[in-house]
Amino acid sequence: MANAQEMLVTQDKFTHRKNLKKDIKHSLGEYIIEKIIFCLGITSVIIFSLIFLFLLRTGLTLFRDVSLKEFLFSKNWFPISVNPQYGILPLVAGSLLITAGAILISVPIGVGCAIYISEVAPPKTKMVLKVIIEFLSAIPSVVLGFLGIVVLANWVRISFSLSSGFTALTGSILVSLMALPTIITISDDAINALPKEYREASLALGATKWETIINVLVPAASSGIIAAIMLGIGRAIGETMTVMMVTGNAAKIPDTFLTSARTMTATIAAEMGDTVRNGTHYHALFAVGIVLLMMTTCINLIADFVLNRARKEGR
Amino acid sequence: MTKKQIQEKIAFTVLTMTMFMVVIPTLLIIGYIIYKGIGTISWEFITAMPRKGMREGGILPAIVGTIYLVMGTIILALPLGVGSAIYLTEYAKQGKVTRLIRLAIMNLAGVPSVVYGLFGLGLFVYFLNIGTSILAGALTLACLILPVVITASEEALKSVPQSYREASLALGATKLQTIQKVVLPFAMPGILTGAILGIGRAAGETAPILLTVAAFFLPRLPKSIFDQAMALPYHLYIISTQVPNMPQGIQYGTALTLLGLVSIFFMLATVIRIKFKMANRA
Repeated sequence: MANAQEMLVTQDKFTHRKNLKKDIKHSLGEYIIEKIIFCLGITSVIIFSLIFLFLLRTGLTLFRDVSLKEFLFSKNWFPISVNPQYGILPLVAGSLLITAGAILISVPIGVGCAIYISEVAPPKTKMVLKVIIEFLSAIPSVVLGFLGIVVLANWVRISFSLSSGFTALTGSILVSLMALPTIITISDDAINALPKEYREASLALGATKWETIINVLVPAASSGIIAAIMLGIGRAIGETMTVMMVTGNAAKIPDTFLTSARTMTATIAAEMGDTVRNGTHYHALFAVGIVLLMMTTCINLIADFVLNRARKEGR
Repeated sequence: MTKKQIQEKIAFTVLTMTMFMVVIPTLLIIGYIIYKGIGTISWEFITAMPRKGMREGGILPAIVGTIYLVMGTIILALPLGVGSAIYLTEYAKQGKVTRLIRLAIMNLAGVPSVVYGLFGLGLFVYFLNIGTSILAGALTLACLILPVVITASEEALKSVPQSYREASLALGATKLQTIQKVVLPFAMPGILTGAILGIGRAAGETAPILLTVAAFFLPRLPKSIFDQAMALPYHLYIISTQVPNMPQGIQYGTALTLLGLVSIFFMLATVIRIKFKMANRA
C-alpha cells in the first residue's frame, strides 16, 4: 500500500518535471516569437530609414561632380547634352505649379463633398458615395494618364485653341482627381469625429443646419480639414505616371497653366532608363528623389502635427 | 421662405453640386473605359502573346507578370504587416518607440511611388544584386503596400473585444496562444480586407516596377522570379506613349483589363468588409 503511494508520488514528481520542461520549452518559444514580433513591429521604421539612407548615399554623390549651388539654383536641366547641366529649378517649378492647380480644383470640391457626405446625405446615399470615392482612389494612375492622352488633352487643346493639349492644366485636372479621395475621406472623418453636442447645441439655439455647418462644425473640424489638404498636396506632388503622360515634359520653368511642364517625379521615371549606373545623371536623379522625399516628408509631418493637435483639443 | 431658408437652400445646392463633380467624372471614367474596351476583350486577347510589336495579338505575358508580381508582393507584405500590427496592438506600450513606429508608418504611406522605385533600384536591384526581376519588383511593392496592410490589420485587431482576450488568458492560455487562437481568427476578415486592398494597389502601380521589373516587350512568360517580366500597368504606359500607330482597341482593352483586375480586388474587399460589419452588428 505504502509502496503504491510512493510510486504515485514519484510518478507525480515525474509528470511535474515533464510539465516544467514543457513549460520552459513553451516559454522559451514564446520569448523568441515575441522578439520576432517586436522586430516585425519596427519594420516600417527600418524601411523608412533604409529609403532615406539609400537615397542620400547615392544622391549626395552627385555633388562630387556638380555644385550644390548649380543643382538648386540653375534654371537648366540638360542632363544629356554635351555640356550636361543639372538645375532642379524647372522641375520643382513644374511640380509646384501642377500641384497648386490640382489643389485649387480639389480643395473646394473635396471639402464641399465631405460636408455633403457627413452632414447632408441620407445614410444609404452616404454609403454609396463612400464606395464610389474609394473606388476613385483605386483607379490606377496609368489608366487616368491614358484617358488624359486620348480624351482630356484633346478637350484642353480645343477649348483653349492651343497647338498641343499636353499642358500643366491637363496634369492638374487629372492629379486633382487623385487628390480628391484623400481630401474627402480625411475631412469627412474630421467632421464625423466632432461631438454630437456641437450640432445639438447650435440647432437648439435656433441656427439652421447650414449655419451650424459653416459657423460651428467647419471651424471645429478645421485642423482635420487642414491635415486633409496637406495630405492631398503630398499625394499630388508624388504623383508620377499621370503627369508624365499628359504634361508634355518640357524641362523649362512654366509661366502659365497652358504650357508644357515637367515634374520631379516624371523626370525620375522617364530618364532613369537612359542612365548608366553610377553616372552623374544617375546620381542626379537620386538627388531629385531626395528633394522630393524631403518635401513629402515635411508635408506629412506637418499634417501629423496638425492632426495630433486636433486630437488633443478634442479631448 | 425666410432669408435664412433661401440661404440654406442655395448652400445645400452648391454642396450637392460638389458631390456630383466628384461622382460624375468617376462614373464617366469607368463607363468610358468599359464602353471603348469591351469590344476588344476576347478569350484570345487575354490568352495570346502580343504580335507585331504589340500591335496585334493578346496581352497574356503582361497579365501573368502582374499576377506573379502581386502574389510575390502579398506573400512578402502580409506576414510583415500583420506581425507589425500585432506588435502595435498586443505588445507595445504607449511610448517613444510606438510613437516612432506610427510616424514611420504615416510617412511611408506618403512616400511617392517613384521614390519607392528609386529605393528598390538602389537596394534590391543593385546593392543586393538581384537585378531587374520579379523578385526585386515584389520586394519594392511590398514596402509600398506595407502601410496599407499594417493600418487595416491594426484596425481589425483593435476591433476584437478586450473581454475575448481576458477570457482566454483567464482560462490559462498564454498571451501567444490567445493571439493565435482567439484574436487572429476574429480579426481575419479585417486583415483579409487590408491584404486585398494592398493587392489592388500593387496591381495598379507603375512607377516602381518601371524601375525594378520592367521589360518593354518580352513575348514569353517569365520562368522564374529572377526573370524580367511585363506587367499590365507598365504595358498600358508603353502602348499609349512609346509605340507609334498603336491600334486604340488594344489600348482600351488593356486599360479595361487592368481596371477590371483592380475592381475585382476592390469589390472583394468591400464585400468582405460590409459582411463583417453586419455580422458584428448582429
